[in-house]
Amino acid sequence: MHPAVNDFNQELTTLNLGPTHPATHGIFQNILQMDGERIISGVPTIGYIHRAFEKIAERRPFYQITPLTDRMNYCSSPINNMGWHMTVEKLLGVTVPTRAQYMRVIVMELARITDHLICNSILGVDTGAFTGFLYVFQEREKVYEIYEEICGARLTTNMGRVGGMERDFTPVALQKLRDWLKTFPAVMREFEKMFNRNRIFMDRTQNVGGITAEKALNYGFTGPNLRAAGVDYDVRVMNPYSSYQDFDFEIPVGTNGDTYDRFMVRNEEIWQSLRIINQALENLPEGPFHADAPHYYLPPKQAVYQNMEALIYHFKIIMGEIEAPVGEVYHSVEGGNGELGFYLVSDGGRTPYRLHFRRPCFIYYQAYPEMVVGSTLSDAIVTLSSMNVIAGELDA
Amino acid sequence: MAEQNEESPAAQETAAALDPAAQQNAQLLALLHRLFGADAFTDVEEPYGMLTVTTTRERIHDIIAGLQQDQELQLNFLTTMCGMHWPEREGQELGIVYMLHSLVHNIRLRLKIFFPIADPVVPTMTDIYGTANWMEREAYDFYGILFPGHPNLIRILNVEDMDYYPMRKEYALEDGTREDKTDLFFGR
Repeated sequence: MHPAVNDFNQELTTLNLGPTHPATHGIFQNILQMDGERIISGVPTIGYIHRAFEKIAERRPFYQITPLTDRMNYCSSPINNMGWHMTVEKLLGVTVPTRAQYMRVIVMELARITDHLICNSILGVDTGAFTGFLYVFQEREKVYEIYEEICGARLTTNMGRVGGMERDFTPVALQKLRDWLKTFPAVMREFEKMFNRNRIFMDRTQNVGGITAEKALNYGFTGPNLRAAGVDYDVRVMNPYSSYQDFDFEIPVGTNGDTYDRFMVRNEEIWQSLRIINQALENLPEGPFHADAPHYYLPPKQAVYQNMEALIYHFKIIMGEIEAPVGEVYHSVEGGNGELGFYLVSDGGRTPYRLHFRRPCFIYYQAYPEMVVGSTLSDAIVTLSSMNVIAGELDA
Repeated sequence: MAEQNEESPAAQETAAALDPAAQQNAQLLALLHRLFGADAFTDVEEPYGMLTVTTTRERIHDIIAGLQQDQELQLNFLTTMCGMHWPEREGQELGIVYMLHSLVHNIRLRLKIFFPIADPVVPTMTDIYGTANWMEREAYDFYGILFPGHPNLIRILNVEDMDYYPMRKEYALEDGTREDKTDLFFGR
């Protein structure tokens, strides 16, 4: 070989992948050191949308923290909302009626489905298959219409209240949900058919971006990314909340922890979530949709106009004049990406003294360089999208 | 809520005997004492069912390493860690909370350490847990806690040229000079 060509081959390239690169799906950066197309090392840089939620929360009454949680993993914001409300309920000792718990399960599982749909369909886009994305994106829109019917919002839902739900499911919401449950499985099957045994997709994802179970645990992986590596840890089963113990479902587990396994685990979780929703809908009990906790639960607006006590509670809750007991509480839920935890320290004031979010993305994304070193750039993109890194949850 | 806390010690003991979580915590505490000595832990509490103990920064590294290695308990998952600031606790203004989890036995443990703000140095856990890397960077970024031995202790979420640690309580969120918003009526 000509010496000049040889020199050229030995030159390393520094590639700034992102921020806001179409392939990074969010605002974060990967500074990759590359030898040709092979990645030698990588440094992930985050913090581009850091909004200081933990600090802001120290000045906000509990209700006003709900919108902050919406904006973490915005692909499944109802899960974040519910997790936060459950944390506050644990601190305050509020018991939530069964109907409200089932309603929460329904919206949380809907959120999980939309979260997984986006992750998996974008993974398809990154391997060059755009059609699957269009199939399921439409379904996500339908779920958002159900959210809209339940709470009036689509993406940042602000759904639920301390003690239950903000309002009961309307007949229209239930009808929309039932209609969707009938039509969605066919679309999902079609989506799976398109990818599961697709030679190109399998070649692009199998043995790509793999991680062993030991490594995954060491890096604090949770959720589908950990389960794809073969560890069947699911918060819904290990520490059931919101009556998850009432439902019959399975935890899909992978073996290699590679991109293909992550894809398959998420797909299977969608089916399991559908199972849970069907059971919850079938057994949805009658009764109140919120706890009888006037100190914490906002009264209905009509009552505020007509009832003095309701007016007083409304004012006190909105102005954040309700003091919380002293204590510290950790509560976690199974978010779209894994264990989403809320560590709340209360000093007896009206706002949290300290609020720490255990954001699954933030914790496991640091393993990314190790997962992609030695692979090609296109593999790194596929690995990134299969990990479902959401920038809002990285930075908080 | 309040009534529950005011139960007599005897009633509390009976409740503890019936409550599997309390039993589990008692066993865990006994194990901790056996492994590391009773003098290693102070302020043993169980807020909302999670065993919480305070130790010193001199011992924290050995304890976490020991718990990770322990085959009986298998407390080998660092769920999260975060800093905190209590300005009124003289000599113990800063703190770190570690939360460990045994995925096998489903036991959670919260460990705390406190140290003076004038000397915010804590041993790094990156040699035990890969996940501690960014968590420690976050604690450094927000509270200025230093971790000697950390491979890359730089700010993670805030801009690099920041010269203060924003989560410390000395930085109030709102403009302190505003008189229409006193603490008496708003927020904290």
